[in-house]
Amino acid sequence: MAIQDIDAADLTKDITIDTAKDAIVIDGVSKVFRKPRSLLGLRKKEKKEEKREVRAVDNVTMHVKHREIVGILGANGSGKSTLIRILSTLLIPDAGHVSIFGYDIEKDERTVQRLINRVSVEASFFKKLSPMENLIYAARLYNMPGNEARTKIRQILERLGIPKDRIGQPLENMSRGMQQKVAIARAFLTSPIVLLLDEPTTGLDPRSKIDVQVFVRQLREEHNATIMITTHDMDEAEALCDRVAIIDQGKIVAEGTVEELKKVVTARMERTSLVTMNEVFMHYTVAHLITEADIARYGSWEKAFEAFEAHKEE
Amino acid sequence: MTSLQHQGRASYAFFERNWNLTKRYMGWEIVWLVYNVINALSVTLISKNTSLLQNVSQAQIDSLTLYLLIGTSVWSYLSVTFEGVTDIINIERWEGTIEHTFMAPVSRFTHMIGSCWFAIVHGILFTFIQLLIVASFFSLDLSHANYLTAVFMLLLGSVSFVGFGIAASVLPLLYTERGSQMSFIVRAIILLVSGVYYPISALPGWMQPAASISPATYVLNGLRLALQDNSPIWSAEIWSNTWPLVITGVLSIPLGLMIFRIAERYAKRTGRLKRNG
Repeated sequence: MAIQDIDAADLTKDITIDTAKDAIVIDGVSKVFRKPRSLLGLRKKEKKEEKREVRAVDNVTMHVKHREIVGILGANGSGKSTLIRILSTLLIPDAGHVSIFGYDIEKDERTVQRLINRVSVEASFFKKLSPMENLIYAARLYNMPGNEARTKIRQILERLGIPKDRIGQPLENMSRGMQQKVAIARAFLTSPIVLLLDEPTTGLDPRSKIDVQVFVRQLREEHNATIMITTHDMDEAEALCDRVAIIDQGKIVAEGTVEELKKVVTARMERTSLVTMNEVFMHYTVAHLITEADIARYGSWEKAFEAFEAHKEE
Repeated sequence: MTSLQHQGRASYAFFERNWNLTKRYMGWEIVWLVYNVINALSVTLISKNTSLLQNVSQAQIDSLTLYLLIGTSVWSYLSVTFEGVTDIINIERWEGTIEHTFMAPVSRFTHMIGSCWFAIVHGILFTFIQLLIVASFFSLDLSHANYLTAVFMLLLGSVSFVGFGIAASVLPLLYTERGSQMSFIVRAIILLVSGVYYPISALPGWMQPAASISPATYVLNGLRLALQDNSPIWSAEIWSNTWPLVITGVLSIPLGLMIFRIAERYAKRTGRLKRNG
């Protein structure tokens, strides 16, 4: 059993981390949201019961190894953010179990919270406060002394290219890219062992995207972090991820390295040259829209898919 | 020890954050102060009207002025403190930071203590400034006032206000769009039944028992005894208002936290713990 002393804040020093274990274990997790029922609609309850339910995550099972960067790819509303929120202890799953280095997210909630951090698509900050004030707040929540935190915050923000004179200015005056960098800095500050990135580069310009990607890699290399990232950006997935999982309607429909998935889809589509990651994504995420009747009508799944694509373009 | 140090730091984080936010929203603080001063003056000036009645001495008018002044000040303190506590959720949702705060490794008790600690300090400072301004409009004889008892009663009452505030803060947690407005109902009921501007005996008989479970009733009684009658902390009159506050304080905070924990778990099950309604 390999127990590694991972570089982390004081907060995690008393937690035993067995790096031989999977960093993240998601086992048969489901989450259903129920839309609130209007009082006037009570009588139609039975008929509309199914429409009121949204199965956001459907029996998902996944394992992520220590120091792995795993991408969760999915369309809007596919369930990837719900999965990240479950891992972040912000949602309780209806079924299944999730653990971080063997610590159950429900039973050992506080321990899990000490091991993880999350960057969401929107930089969630007190916008009237400065980056320094926001980050000091975060640092204290994660048990860092003020002086030590201030020094570290300046170092990280400077490394991320935030000008010195902006560190004390309200965040509301910063661009979205800069705000997202501060969000990354906040996650970095607490030295998480597992970092959850929920579309961290959505809406960023190409330069800022690259900066964030470089920083994510550094986090893995320098802090041995395990990273789970959700994204729409196939190039980003290819550039960053050791492995990707494609989620559609709450279900994991494909999992493997980018190369593996490309080869599978190339073979299925009977192509001679390797397909792109975009094609892989489209192949798996529209699968549910192609029915048996379509396959029968067009002769094969691939032809039905081509017809579907052509129909969409029209 | 490390855990205690961590919870202490985290508690201070909430205090410091709220202080920084108050500084950044200073314009709003001034507007709120002016509004409260005008409100307090409008109510307190009613006492001047009693001179129109026959057989009313100046001493009685001054007594009514002080009675109303205490009422407006306590009400202001209660409002500011209560709002500070219910803002635990409101402000986080408004700013979009609720998920970040709720996934931080701090106990809900620490979270609440940190926020409530600031709410009390903020409430006391705010009310003190308001009291100074409003009192300057009247020539009141406070030579018989016992300030020590007054501060003691206000601080003791704060514990219960915090408990009530924690319980009320579940409304914005569960009702993401109108929960904040729903929490006003708790304040409104306290205002109605606690004898803020009139004695409890003025309430209809069926409503009077509600006064006995409102901490504001005992804080107001204690403050009036302290400022009008110079009653010391150890006097029997003050004690008769102290022990109910101790009981409501001891009960309301654990009860408020329990209600909040249940609501938080429900919010995590139903997906209501998110940044936008």
